[in-house]
Amino acid sequence: MNLSLSITKNIHDWLFNMMPETLASLVEMTLIALIYLTIFAVIGLFLVLLERKVAAWFQLRIGPNRVGYHGILQTMADALKLVSKELTGTVNADKFLYNLAPYFVIITALMALAVLPFSLEFQAFDINIGIFFLIAISSIGVIGILLAGWSSNNKFALIGAMRSGVQTISYELSVGLSLLTMILITGTLQLSEIVEVQRNGWLIVQGHIPAVFAFMIYMISGTAETNRAPFDLVEAESELGAGFHTEYSGMKFAYFFLAEFVNMFIIASIATTIFFGAWLSPFGITESLPWLGVFWFLGKTLILMFLMMWFRWTFPRLRIDQLLTLEWKYLLPLNLMNIVLMALIVWLNLTIQF
Amino acid sequence: MSYFSDIYKGIKTLLTGMSVTGKYFLHSQKGGITQQYPDNRETLKMFERFRGEVVMPHDVNNQHRCTGCQKCELACPNGTIEIIWDRQVDPETGKKKKLIEKHIYHLGMCTMCGLCIEACPTDAIKWAQNYENSVYDRTTLTRVLNKPGSKLMPGVED
Ligand code: SF4
Ligand code: SF4
Repeated sequence: MNLSLSITKNIHDWLFNMMPETLASLVEMTLIALIYLTIFAVIGLFLVLLERKVAAWFQLRIGPNRVGYHGILQTMADALKLVSKELTGTVNADKFLYNLAPYFVIITALMALAVLPFSLEFQAFDINIGIFFLIAISSIGVIGILLAGWSSNNKFALIGAMRSGVQTISYELSVGLSLLTMILITGTLQLSEIVEVQRNGWLIVQGHIPAVFAFMIYMISGTAETNRAPFDLVEAESELGAGFHTEYSGMKFAYFFLAEFVNMFIIASIATTIFFGAWLSPFGITESLPWLGVFWFLGKTLILMFLMMWFRWTFPRLRIDQLLTLEWKYLLPLNLMNIVLMALIVWLNLTIQF
Repeated sequence: MSYFSDIYKGIKTLLTGMSVTGKYFLHSQKGGITQQYPDNRETLKMFERFRGEVVMPHDVNNQHRCTGCQKCELACPNGTIEIIWDRQVDPETGKKKKLIEKHIYHLGMCTMCGLCIEACPTDAIKWAQNYENSVYDRTTLTRVLNKPGSKLMPGVED
């Protein structure tokens, strides 16, 4: 049993020298699972705080600033409060599905995290169909949302879940196609190789015009994928209470909440990987220090997430028909044209290479 | 071809919106509008238009401008103001004249509508900007607006 777990070679070798192979694999897997759970929790909590701060700054407010230095412990305190809360449920809920739904959502988020190349060796699972895997996994998350809405036996939750289904099925196409546009340049689906290709210039530079289009389409449909404003019809506080998680409380609610933010992180980091060279530094300035890649990766992701927050606090929510018009009448045809354009550019060797 | 011009217009308007919020974001560090209330008790100033309670300003000689005409009492929709008055001999002219003894104002009943202040012909009462109006005993909400021993400012009635 030897998966391509290339998180750090040293620990890997050390473990395999110490124990029999099976045991070492098991220990390694547990370690990696723990590391990724920690990343999940930290990212979730940090992003919730960041979102609240950024929202406050966009609205000329101050934001949370009481718990800890400038409020950095605020979300910790919120999480602790949620843990201590009672898990209420509805009487007529489908208990099994109701309890299952939050785990669907977080497990898909965690699985997507596993394939992201944080740095040269910091990638838990370098699968050779990386992008395909990501696209497939990110659409499983919607099952969790649908289950949550269906099983809680509440009409607001059900409407929210149905909207989520409509939205994700539509925008999934655009996410997939815009990523495929970039695959035309790289010629591989494996994330680590996609990063290697970008040593000759980030893909958004290599693919110039169609790459910029693909990036714009990806950001729009990615925002829709995560059900964030302006595409937050799923939750639409003013219409549906809280949408699909109306009937959830305590930690189960927190799972949905954290998963939403981790999904935002995932969408931003896919964009980082595909368009902005993942952990590669600009012009290779820190080439000799590969571990700095983590900071480059997180920095680029942070900028893209800020962009998504900027969207959220600027644009009003779309109506469901506007949502579908945007996807089926604009994004999808443009995307298809863009793929043809990109194919032409790759065929005629018009990409910019350094 | 309105399809492509629609896209162009759409993107343009979205960018306009983002530039507006972007400007707010950049300026938020300097000019946040949040007042962190209990911390800045000393420095917090309410706006001129804020309606805290009705007060009667007195000048240095302990003189006010209220003639006791009772227009405010009539104007008040909830009977918040009570004026206790008396006819006294004016020492200057020797004639009998209406003078207030107490201008009683029940803050607990006031809805801050401002009709009394508009009704007053001599601008004797006005809004104060104090905002910490909670008390432990509601009898303290009944206030006598004219200070003890205060007199009518000469020349107000002319
Ligand atoms: S503000 Fe309105 S309610 Fe208050 S005392 Fe004046 S007239 Fe009466
Ligand atoms: S406060 Fe003004 S309206 Fe009221 S009795 Fe005095 S002068 Fe008249």
